[in-house]
Amino acid sequence: MAENSFDLIVIGGGPGGYVAAIRAAQLGMKTGLVERDQLGGICLNWGCIPTKALLRASEIYHLLHHLDQFGFSAKDVTYDPKKVIARSRAVAKQLSNGVAHLMRKNKITVFDGEARLAGKGKIAVAKDGNPVADLASPHIVLATGARARSLPGLEPDGKLVWTYKEAMIPEAIPKSLLVVGSGAIGMEFASFYRDMGAEVTVVEVLDRVLPVEDEEISAFARKSFEKQGIKIHTGATVKNLKRGKDNVAAQIEAGGKSTDITVERVILAIGIVGNVEDIGLEGTKAKVDRTHVVVDEWLRTGEPGLYAIGDLVGPPWLAHKAMHEGVICVEHIAGLNDVHPLDTRNIPSCTYCRPQVASVGLTEKAARDAGHEVKIGHFPFIGNGKAIALGEPEGMVKTVFDAKTGELLGAHMIGAEVTELIQGYTIAKTLETTESELMRTIFPHPTISETMHEAVLDAYGRALHF
Amino acid sequence: MPIEIRMPALSPTMTEGNLTRWLKKEGDEVHSGDVIAEIETDKATMEYEAVDEGRIGKIIVPEGAQGIKVNQPIALLLEEGEDAGALEKFAAAPSGDGQHAAAPAMPPSGVNPKTEAPPAPAAQPAPAAQSAPAQVNGGRVFASPLARRMAQQAGLDLAAIRGSGPNGRVVKDDIDKVLAVPGAAAPPARAPAVAPAATPAAAAAPGMPVFAKAQVLALAGNLPHTEKPHSAMRRVIARRLAESKQTVPHFYLSIDCTIDELLKVRKELNGKSETRISVNDFVIRAAALALRQVPAANASWSDDAIILWKRVDISVAVALDDGLITPIIKGADQKGLAQIARESKDLAERARAGKLKLEEFQGGTFSISNLGMYGIREFSAVINPPQGGILAVGQGEQRPVVKDGQLTVATVMTCTLSGDHRVVDGAVGAQFLAAFKKLVEDPLTMLL
Repeated sequence: MAENSFDLIVIGGGPGGYVAAIRAAQLGMKTGLVERDQLGGICLNWGCIPTKALLRASEIYHLLHHLDQFGFSAKDVTYDPKKVIARSRAVAKQLSNGVAHLMRKNKITVFDGEARLAGKGKIAVAKDGNPVADLASPHIVLATGARARSLPGLEPDGKLVWTYKEAMIPEAIPKSLLVVGSGAIGMEFASFYRDMGAEVTVVEVLDRVLPVEDEEISAFARKSFEKQGIKIHTGATVKNLKRGKDNVAAQIEAGGKSTDITVERVILAIGIVGNVEDIGLEGTKAKVDRTHVVVDEWLRTGEPGLYAIGDLVGPPWLAHKAMHEGVICVEHIAGLNDVHPLDTRNIPSCTYCRPQVASVGLTEKAARDAGHEVKIGHFPFIGNGKAIALGEPEGMVKTVFDAKTGELLGAHMIGAEVTELIQGYTIAKTLETTESELMRTIFPHPTISETMHEAVLDAYGRALHF
Repeated sequence: MPIEIRMPALSPTMTEGNLTRWLKKEGDEVHSGDVIAEIETDKATMEYEAVDEGRIGKIIVPEGAQGIKVNQPIALLLEEGEDAGALEKFAAAPSGDGQHAAAPAMPPSGVNPKTEAPPAPAAQPAPAAQSAPAQVNGGRVFASPLARRMAQQAGLDLAAIRGSGPNGRVVKDDIDKVLAVPGAAAPPARAPAVAPAATPAAAAAPGMPVFAKAQVLALAGNLPHTEKPHSAMRRVIARRLAESKQTVPHFYLSIDCTIDELLKVRKELNGKSETRISVNDFVIRAAALALRQVPAANASWSDDAIILWKRVDISVAVALDDGLITPIIKGADQKGLAQIARESKDLAERARAGKLKLEEFQGGTFSISNLGMYGIREFSAVINPPQGGILAVGQGEQRPVVKDGQLTVATVMTCTLSGDHRVVDGAVGAQFLAAFKKLVEDPLTMLL
């Protein structure tokens, strides 16, 4: 059994953890990382990346059914679900191997096993209950991530009632599917399975789909989904799941009315809970609040030398937020000068359903609730040459400005490739540009990005193409 | 290695000064304590004493040069055993920090090229304290567009705000923090850095539109004129008084004091005393005693609390050829008339000669301005912040007055208090004036 001393140890090899480890190594620290499963964590193995591979497949399948509009025809278009899944897994595997390579390149020692805090600055690593290593470090960064939340009566069973993990590796595409929860995860799966041919029903407890997005975007998205044939119940709950042999009978309650449906499979996407158990937090001064570790602006827990980042410390549960927290945490430990706390106002969020949804900053309602007098801009994709040429005229961009200062408070997009575009607004927000600089920024023609420019102009009554 | 003699900071507010006169020339021996030059600061001409010993090797900034930044090298001192060759080596050394300080200097007309780029020793580490906030080096303030706009809207000086963003960039949060402090909305920004080309450095008070010279001339139809460059003192007067009128809520109370009795007592005293006592000396003494009796009027405003001064230091305005200065009678309530008279005479003389020491004119808790000798009946003066009040004293003149129902003649002097209403309320000001009047009209009580 090895005993090792490090300058810094990261527990958890997801996007927050491995990035923190790389940054620490770059700064000259002797760095260790403990991962119990696969490098890259959920994001890379069971989240962001493999779902993007799946959604690429469903997008192609969707296009194949709409070849006519481009002048093509094809007969008997079919797919092999096993191959579709296999590609998704191969993509995940390739990237996980990439992380392993990055660890080696940065001379980070990776321990395969479960880590547990074992006294001040000490970690015990075990694999399948057998001790693997005792580690020591003055700085320990917890990056253990999160897992799917379940509700009483809706517990996933891995066969009929799935979490994201089973939903990613189906043996076949079910004919019918109930998705509980219409956040990013729920809507991506709903979109994927619908485009792959399933009858999809979505149940959302709040009054709209994608409830963290701007209300107009939610409404636009709902219309789009319903046009695709997805059935949506908002303000609704799933009361009862009766699991049969190869199907599930669900009772959906909304506004005092009850609807019974029977589906082949159910996907639970009702949020996540932090992995705070079994890592030895009990013996420390670190505080846990509703499954999340409490940290300050420098990601410090209440226990000196113990830090936490990523999903473990709370929403937004996004890989890019975790990565930045990892960098900030490590740079602050290293005592670098120009380190700044994460500005949560500037974290973009993306949902890769069809149509895609992306946003950064405040929704119109949140801006008004915060007391801002606002200027609102809109621009529809139908006014954009590139979108029409691509055959993607469905979409819109909305901007929210502070009327007094011209601060870009928020930007909200729905439509083709908006997840690739939102960074433009994120840069603008990070640099604190006002409408004036955005108006003077030259957006290339013809691109969908021109809708971003027009939505800024529109907020000031100056849209050119609509 | 020759020693650099740098422009001294002769007062806490001094950022630049004029080199009025060299008292040593190149080649002269200098001993520690020798007066080597006269420097005109914000308010006075001061003597600059040498700290080091040696021989003046080279005068970098010529006599008459204006707007020399504090810490800018003004001369080189050769140490014992060094010859002129050392100067050449020195000049050849790549310039370091000296460049920054030197660049903005304005040599007088008839430019002496020597002032353009004074050399600086490469080996000597840059004295970090000399430069203003780092971000204004080179004239550029690093700030986000949003921060710029918010600062502009709030009338804030970006150069005066510490940036918390990457590399010290001023960002929205920094502006929000400044705005969150009550009363910060229009702080006394001294802000030439924001728009260096457009804003005349003079009188750059906050939010105050300052006409460019060309504008002034154009508006007047380009009438024939001459121009008088701003002296350091004129700039300070412009800035401080504009600031005062813009930020201090002035209010005014006037009172008539009959001074026949005072004139009688004064005549008796002057007949017996060597020191000639002026009416103004009585006024100083009466004001000081009245402030003692009404301590709430001897106060200053600050962001956090009203400061009640335990000492009465009276600043007395003295007119100069080019401006004015306010030397201080310190602890005036503790000083007799004769002492006040001696001190005010001495201070006024030295003020006119530009020879006041810094501590003799900086400070004060209350001011008196007397224009009686010019025949002014009454006027209102501008408060000298952070003081809470100033008393404007008019001429003592014979006026018809009604006394006990009878029309009669009395010598009356009208005095007007300008009060900072944040500190001194109307009633407090009135109490002060009532106490002052009582003392003036019953001058024997002042002699106690």
